[in-house]
Amino acid sequence: MLKPSLLSVSILLGLGAAVVSAQSYGVGRPASAEEVAAWDVTIGPEGHELPEGSGTAKDGAQVYEVRCKECHGEEGVGGDHAALIGNPEQLKETPPVKTVGSYWPYATTLFDYTRRAMPFEEPGTLTADQVYAVTAYVLYLNGLVGEDDVLDRESLPQVVMPNRDGFVRDPR
Amino acid sequence: MKPRDATRRSFLGTGALAGAAWTACSAPEAEAPAETDQPSSLGTPVSRYGQRSPYEKAARGVRESQTPEAASSRTPLDQTYGIITPSALHFERHHAGVPEIDPATHKLLVHGLVDRPMAFSVDDIKRLPSVSRVHFVECSGNSGGEWSPAGAPTVALSHGLASCSEWTGVPLRILLEEAGIQPEAKWILAEGADACLMQRSATLEKALEEGLVAYGQNGEAIRPEQGYPMRLILPGWEGNTNVKWLRRIKLTAGPQYVKDETSKYTELMEDGTAWIFTFEMDAKSVITAPSGGHAIDGPGFLEISGLAWSGRGKITQAEVSTDGGQTWTEAELQTPVYSKAFTRFRLPWEWDGSETVLLSRCRDESGYLQPGRAELIEERGRKSAYHCNRIKGWRIAADGSVTNAEA
Repeated sequence: MLKPSLLSVSILLGLGAAVVSAQSYGVGRPASAEEVAAWDVTIGPEGHELPEGSGTAKDGAQVYEVRCKECHGEEGVGGDHAALIGNPEQLKETPPVKTVGSYWPYATTLFDYTRRAMPFEEPGTLTADQVYAVTAYVLYLNGLVGEDDVLDRESLPQVVMPNRDGFVRDPR
Repeated sequence: MKPRDATRRSFLGTGALAGAAWTACSAPEAEAPAETDQPSSLGTPVSRYGQRSPYEKAARGVRESQTPEAASSRTPLDQTYGIITPSALHFERHHAGVPEIDPATHKLLVHGLVDRPMAFSVDDIKRLPSVSRVHFVECSGNSGGEWSPAGAPTVALSHGLASCSEWTGVPLRILLEEAGIQPEAKWILAEGADACLMQRSATLEKALEEGLVAYGQNGEAIRPEQGYPMRLILPGWEGNTNVKWLRRIKLTAGPQYVKDETSKYTELMEDGTAWIFTFEMDAKSVITAPSGGHAIDGPGFLEISGLAWSGRGKITQAEVSTDGGQTWTEAELQTPVYSKAFTRFRLPWEWDGSETVLLSRCRDESGYLQPGRAELIEERGRKSAYHCNRIKGWRIAADGSVTNAEA
């Protein structure tokens, strides 16, 4: 079936005009596997796309001290910017406390966001090992992993966040 | 030359008449003839890019922030006319500053569950069939202060995280079909080229139905603050999904649960659960004139004017109350009314000089009626920070000053 948008193009072109293919405009170029791999930083909730590398909360404490503490405070609270520590019971408080520990449904999200958007003024500058480590540290502060637990592409998606089942699709 | 002469004569004629009328009314016994006020020297020459009058000062509202690169600025809705927001006054919400992008090197990558991953340059995109559509973009945090009964004191502060433009670009469907959509694909992930690589998930259904990769805004290239050289437009969906500086679209089987669709832009309910993927912006209206901070110069005729919009289609009705909600009068809608766009409403009014409260409410083509604060809270509770679309009131004092009316 000819797509409506292409049909109208053909009509506009009129007599003697080249027929535009129904399959493709032939505009744009194929992207190479390398260029897709270089840009595809997406990490879904199952973590299939997580990179090589690893880290523990112990390693992460040092990364946190240098790269995160100034904004997020000592041990993830008391900073000028988002607090990182909490539990879902605090969502019932007024005002609610929405943090990594209290609210975020997936640990993979913490890795993804930290890797591409943190530190705020130098996003994208942490190595994969550093991101695994500081992710482990924040999860450790929330009581979700042990201090020496190694987080990597296998173990990180196994971390069950306390509020994983806290979200429902928009009922409006 | 003839039309120009005719215009000039007509202009001078109008000026002379106006002058005569002024003379007749205010100085009937004056002996000197009225001044023509004709300039005695030439004005400035033609120029390459126009500027507004130096007398015009409308500006976006910007609050002090520790992180002005991750902040917002607000459209002064009471200082715009009609339904189009001047591009220079379109609200901003950035998460990592405005990137400087050379269109010659920018590319849009389409990959994931597709037959052929594709890269499109800006020139490629501009070769493809284009459409122009008028749509609002609204931050879902707009009117967040209105969850409280107090509400914000001006319409820029209460509703200024919404703006409306004519967007020109390529239907996203065309780009996705160039890459070949695989049957397992049900969602897309859109990514911007800002420093944080801002990302949002959206349904493939929406992308195919209405998604637009826009490079034009109000007749010229999209402004850097609005996503130059291209942005995603998902009409009627919360602003954050309309990813600016669009550089990558990945087709996926499910949503990615990125930070800005989990920790932010979700609606927390009283029981601790939260609504996720709350994409559509509900119908909302607000009176822009007169509005908070204005001062009415005495009783008499005054046109009431405002804006209404809905993420679910066209606005079908706007009503105004001039007595604090006791009675409602249907306002006239400016035509044409566009779907998922600002709709200007107007109502002639004779202010008698007594204190009162002005309110507006609207209905969209789905039949939805804009709620009051109590109804909205009954549905959502008081823990939600986004998607507040309650009726907003302005109190007119006897001295003509206009302030927020508590809900």
